[in-house]
Amino acid sequence: MSLLDTALELDPQVALRPEPFGALAYHYGTRRLVFMKHHDVVEVARHLAEHPSLSAALQACGIAESRWPSFAKAFDTLSRSEIVRERPVAG
Amino acid sequence: MSAPSLVEQLKTGLDAPICLTWELTYACNLQCVHCLSSSGRRDPRELTTAEAKQVLDELRRLQVFYINIGGGEPMVRNDFFELVDYAVNPPNGGTGIGVKFSTNGTFIDASKARRLAAMDYLDIQISLDGADAITNDAVRGAGSYVAARRAMDHLAAAGFGPFKISVVVTRHNVDQLDALKALADSYGAQLRVTRLRPSGRGADSWHDLHPTNAQQRQIYQWLLAHGDNVLTGDSFFHLNALGEPLPGLNMCGAGRVVCLIDPIGDVYACPFVIHDQFRAGSVRDRGGFTSVWRDSELFRELRQPQSAGACAKCGSYDACQGGCMAAKFFTGLPLDGPDPECVGGVADDLLGAVPVALVPRPSLDHSRRTLSLSSR
Repeated sequence: MSLLDTALELDPQVALRPEPFGALAYHYGTRRLVFMKHHDVVEVARHLAEHPSLSAALQACGIAESRWPSFAKAFDTLSRSEIVRERPVAG
Repeated sequence: MSAPSLVEQLKTGLDAPICLTWELTYACNLQCVHCLSSSGRRDPRELTTAEAKQVLDELRRLQVFYINIGGGEPMVRNDFFELVDYAVNPPNGGTGIGVKFSTNGTFIDASKARRLAAMDYLDIQISLDGADAITNDAVRGAGSYVAARRAMDHLAAAGFGPFKISVVVTRHNVDQLDALKALADSYGAQLRVTRLRPSGRGADSWHDLHPTNAQQRQIYQWLLAHGDNVLTGDSFFHLNALGEPLPGLNMCGAGRVVCLIDPIGDVYACPFVIHDQFRAGSVRDRGGFTSVWRDSELFRELRQPQSAGACAKCGSYDACQGGCMAAKFFTGLPLDGPDPECVGGVADDLLGAVPVALVPRPSLDHSRRTLSLSSR
C-alpha cells in the first residue's frame, strides 16, 4: 500500500511550532528536532488525523494532484524521523 | 527564483530561540581553567525560585521545546530538582519543556541518580575533558575525573539510559578522541565534543589550550569519520573551510536561534559572550524574556545581514561563515575578520599584532579568589 493510501497522524509526542520558514517539529521522546521547510507540508501535517488517508488530507488542503508524489516523499521522510506515524484504523 | 535556504532564513531570526542555555548559578565547586562564565561564587542577585518559575512559564508560552541548563554547577542550587521538575512536569498540565543539564557530576550519588532516572524528558551531560585523570584534572581540577566517572557509574547503575559525556577539545586531549568515544560507548552513552572558546576564564587559558592548526585538521577528519554518532553543538563550523561540510547547522546562531540567560537573568547573544557588548536585556525587564528576544536592539542588529569584511575575498567564506563571533571578540580580532582559528592561517599574524590592552575582558568574574591558580 502506498503512503498516499495510508491513514497518518502526527506522533502524539510531537509538537509543532510555526516559523517564518514553515515549522519546527520536536519529538519529546527521541528529542529530535526537525525543520519543516514548506508551509503547505505543515498545513497537511496538522490535518492528517482528520482524514482517512494522506491523499484525502492533501485533497482537503487543496494540494494539486500533480504535487502529491513530492508530498508522499516528504511524509515518508517525516515518518522515518517519527514526526508522523501510521494511525491505527478503528475496526 | 528559488526560496532562500534554511540557513539564510534562520539568520533573520525566529519568534523564539531553538536552543536556549540557562545558567542557573555562578556557584561551582570546581574552578576549571576554561570556564566560559568564570564561575565559582554564587551571585547574590541570582534569580529566586519564583522568578525562575516565571521564566519557565514564559518559555512554555513561547513553545521553547527544550532548554540547556548549566552554570556554574546547577546542582548546587537547593531548588535544582524543584525547577527541573517544574520544567518537565508543569503543575497545570500541558507540554513540558525538555531539560538537558550540564554537570561536573560531583553531586550525583546513587539516590540522586535514581531520582534523575525516574524523570522523563531529562537529559544529562557530564563534563569530562580528558580520557584519564591527568589530562582531565589539569583543566578541571584535582579529583574531578574521579567525580565525573563516579557519577557515570551511578547513572548507569540507576538505569538512566544514554546520558552524554561532554568534552571540550583542547591541545591535550585531541589525541584521546577515540578513547573518549570508547569510554562513552562502554556506558552506552553519547559523546559530545565542543570547541574551546576564549571566553570567561578561557580568555586566560585559550592560548595554551586551543588546538594547533595541525590539530584542527585532525579534529575535522575525526568529525568527518564519526560525525553522525557524535554531538558537536554545531560548534566546529569554522572547520568547514577544509572541504566537505560537517553535519549540523553551518552558521553562528547568536541572537538568531540561540541565546543565554545568565544566573541573574541577563540575556546574552550566546553562552560564549558574557560581556556588556552582547547583553541584550534582562528577564527582569518589563516585557520579560519575550521582548528581549524579539525587540532588543542587539538581537535585531544580529539578525541583519552581517558583513564578511576582510573575509569577503576569501573563497572559503561561504563554507566557514567567518567562524565564531565570541572567539574573535575575546581574542581582540574584528568581528568582520577571520576566526582566530581560521584554518587558512589568515588570523595568525593578526593575533600577534593585537595589543594586549585592547583585548576585551569578560564583564563578570565570579572566580573564587581564595583558590590559587598558580599551582598549575
